Amino acid sequence: MSTFWIVLVVLAVAALCFVLARRRALSAVDGDQRHLHSRPNYYGFSAALWAAGPALIVLALWLALQPLVVDRSVRPLVLEEDRNAALVMSDVTRLAGGIDRAIAMGGLTAQEARGLTADGLRDRLSDFGTALASEVSPGVLEAAQRYRTIEGRGALLRSILTIGLAVGLGAFALWRVAPGFRARTSVERAILGALIAAACVAIGTTIGIVLSLIFNTIKFFGLYPAADFLFGTTWAPSFGGGSSLGILPLLWGTLYISLIALLVAVPIGLLAAIYLSEYAHRTVRAWAKPMLEVLAGIPTIVYGLFALLTVGPLLMDVFGPGGALGVRWMGGGTSVMTAGLVMGIMLIPFVSSLSDDIINAVPQSMRDGSLGLGATQSETVKQVILPAALPGIVGAVLLAASRAIGETMIVVLGAGAAARLDLNPFEAMTTVTAKIVSQLTGDADFSSPEALVAFALGMTLFVITLILNVFALWIVRRYREQYE
Amino acid sequence: MTDIPEGGAHPQQDGPRRGSLFAENPRIKARNRAEKRFRAYGIAAISIAMAFLCVLLFSIVKNGLPAFTQTYIQVDVTLDQEVLDPDATGDPAVIAQKTTFSYAPLIQAALVDRLAQSGIETEVTPDRLARILSSGAAAQLRNHVLANPEVVGETVEFDLLASSRVDGYMKGRVTREALARDPNLDAAHLEIIDALKAEGSVERRFNLDFITGTDASDSRPEEAGLGASVLGSFYMMLVVLLLALPIGVAASIYLEEFAPENRFTDLIEVNISNLAAVPSIVFGILGLAAFIQFAHLPASAPLVGGLVLTLMTLPTIIISTRASLRAVPPSIRDAALGVGASKMQATMHHVLPLAMPGILTGTILGLAQALGETAPLLLIGMVGFIASEYPDSFTSGFTDPNSAMPAQIYEWAKRADPAYYERAWGGIIVLLAFLLLMNIVAVLLRRRFERRW
Repeated sequence: MSTFWIVLVVLAVAALCFVLARRRALSAVDGDQRHLHSRPNYYGFSAALWAAGPALIVLALWLALQPLVVDRSVRPLVLEEDRNAALVMSDVTRLAGGIDRAIAMGGLTAQEARGLTADGLRDRLSDFGTALASEVSPGVLEAAQRYRTIEGRGALLRSILTIGLAVGLGAFALWRVAPGFRARTSVERAILGALIAAACVAIGTTIGIVLSLIFNTIKFFGLYPAADFLFGTTWAPSFGGGSSLGILPLLWGTLYISLIALLVAVPIGLLAAIYLSEYAHRTVRAWAKPMLEVLAGIPTIVYGLFALLTVGPLLMDVFGPGGALGVRWMGGGTSVMTAGLVMGIMLIPFVSSLSDDIINAVPQSMRDGSLGLGATQSETVKQVILPAALPGIVGAVLLAASRAIGETMIVVLGAGAAARLDLNPFEAMTTVTAKIVSQLTGDADFSSPEALVAFALGMTLFVITLILNVFALWIVRRYREQYE
Repeated sequence: MTDIPEGGAHPQQDGPRRGSLFAENPRIKARNRAEKRFRAYGIAAISIAMAFLCVLLFSIVKNGLPAFTQTYIQVDVTLDQEVLDPDATGDPAVIAQKTTFSYAPLIQAALVDRLAQSGIETEVTPDRLARILSSGAAAQLRNHVLANPEVVGETVEFDLLASSRVDGYMKGRVTREALARDPNLDAAHLEIIDALKAEGSVERRFNLDFITGTDASDSRPEEAGLGASVLGSFYMMLVVLLLALPIGVAASIYLEEFAPENRFTDLIEVNISNLAAVPSIVFGILGLAAFIQFAHLPASAPLVGGLVLTLMTLPTIIISTRASLRAVPPSIRDAALGVGASKMQATMHHVLPLAMPGILTGTILGLAQALGETAPLLLIGMVGFIASEYPDSFTSGFTDPNSAMPAQIYEWAKRADPAYYERAWGGIIVLLAFLLLMNIVAVLLRRRFERRW
């Protein structure tokens, strides 16, 4: 029985339990609801939850675990084959699927399928629409037969267990229905459990991120010395082997681009926020703020294309050979400056909206005090508001820096691909994020150090941004408490 | 105030102040100038930001609009029976055996005829002449014949797609000088185009295929469309909506209404606020390692993309949902509890419905953010292949390899061909149109249902 039908049957059982439990509760008090502990529907829901909940959870667990069990018992059979075990396993599953399909289409009886021999099997199966890459070897056939047996037995057991569980627990729940049974409490407890489970998804995600980074990073350091990775000054991956994978040029590119981005975003964003919150007329504010937010809502791929196709050529016209300045600083459209400038534009609304919140959090009494002493508005801003808001603004800048370091699309398209340790901002450089993309998007073999290095880079990125974020949030929170 | 010396002396170095307070002395002037300067800095900052926005939007519109039109060349093609159906069977199966190679000579002959008819003299050989048309033109012809087998032997007027260079020439992107180094097309071709254009048989018109069509190979930018990737994005958004909304709302309800103040709750809170700031590429790594390597879900599938984007948008949705739950005044809860509702009933029957408009607004904005996200999709394999087919059915829409709008735009940008750059800009216009639509819906929803307590 396929999973879909199992789920359908379980849901049908649950629906039946709902109706029966509700009716039983009502008939137990002769239709007078006042004598029930809970409203009649709660009795129904309680029974339905008992029927469907555990059954579906067991089904999900089974579906997740069965492939592992099957793999473990079939894999030893194919280990003698002198090929990549993963490839053989995929042959095995495809062969088993082909035999099943042949049976389903009536080309084989179940009896015949059990006595199949390896010769000519490929041609026979191709008649039923299963194309096998190579001739079937006896070992693979045996493994496929074992695979089919276990799968078949698993499917049968699964159906029996799940539906049995639904019926059994549903009956138990029905039996429990009585006027004094606290149906609402039990339903609410189940709902609360579901709510808690949903809240734990966040923890699960973090754990998932950390695990997937750590395991692959450890695997990488098993193949490539950690010291060379952390302190190496050349980045030259070659999938043929003998690559040097030093992170320093990538970190330098990342920090350089982020620095330029912050040099663009922080002054503009901060001054814009100050103007909007201290000077601007209400109508100006009503127009300018949403406009700035438009900049924040534009996807980064758009900024990436803007960097590659508009800003890059524009900078080339100024700083490139034959450009307006007559200098030859720039060799190509992609450069640290291109990416940094565009990233700065992207960060302007981020900085300005964070600073706006922080400036508005400075108590009005401080402004009034300063203005009352005769300070001009700009003096108030510079000598009272900014010092008071400074910790918060530092936090905002750190958050912006963490954004800049983690930004991917702009640097992938705008910064170039060459890893360099250079001071010229018009030179193409590359970043940690851009290299994660380039190392993982080919048809790379995931067990080579050249692909695994991406996980180590991801780990570095995760740690750096995490530290920046935690630090920034800590500053912002401390500062906020000061005035509350 | 009697101890202030006569004349209202200032305690500062510039000596006692004389005359009216309203008369500006040099120091006041300097201070006022500083004030004006500072104000000007603010205005300048805002103007710069606005200017950036304008330049960005302008370059999107200017570069992207041409993608919505395409050049077609009108040609009368004689569908020669000798070539297509030599035995005059009229049987569609026989005609279907002829590949596009059989149609190419027909097109060449038709072009030569067309030029002779208009009296255009040219040195271009017939097989090079056909390069003014897309290499997909033969397939276009064949599909038409297969759909209407009865036209074999007749002369039919076709609007055939021009090649991307000709299209670029019509749009002003390709110049004669640029063609000097082009192996496919030279200036003589352009003369022909000019002559045909004067007669009105070369026409640039709106190209619906750009929005509804599927991606094409590297060499045929004129045929590439966004349709399959729009569908891919749609399936991803469906997954995000179906998972992120219930999970996000449930988590928010727990944290806002039920959670006791303890370490466990703190842990969840810290996790959520940190996840909101984790770079999106890290979610891509998670998707690759957890969903594709560990769980063996199909790579490039919208299902996996949707799962990754769900995890990424969850913090956003949780944060906005909690804000709207918090905005429901406690008196509502108290009233419900007061008439005997349980805490769960008060939350589910009263607080949640009242917070729903805010929750939906936040969810739509979260979806908009997810729709434009590209980096994680790169890692789970949604670029690098050509999304040239629509999924067969609803379920295969989730599991078959597909692209997504931003991934398709990236793919086009990577192909380093001006014709594809134009498509990429055009794709951005479509993407931004969807984002605008979602934002407008969110704003309207907020306007319509927002309650002030």
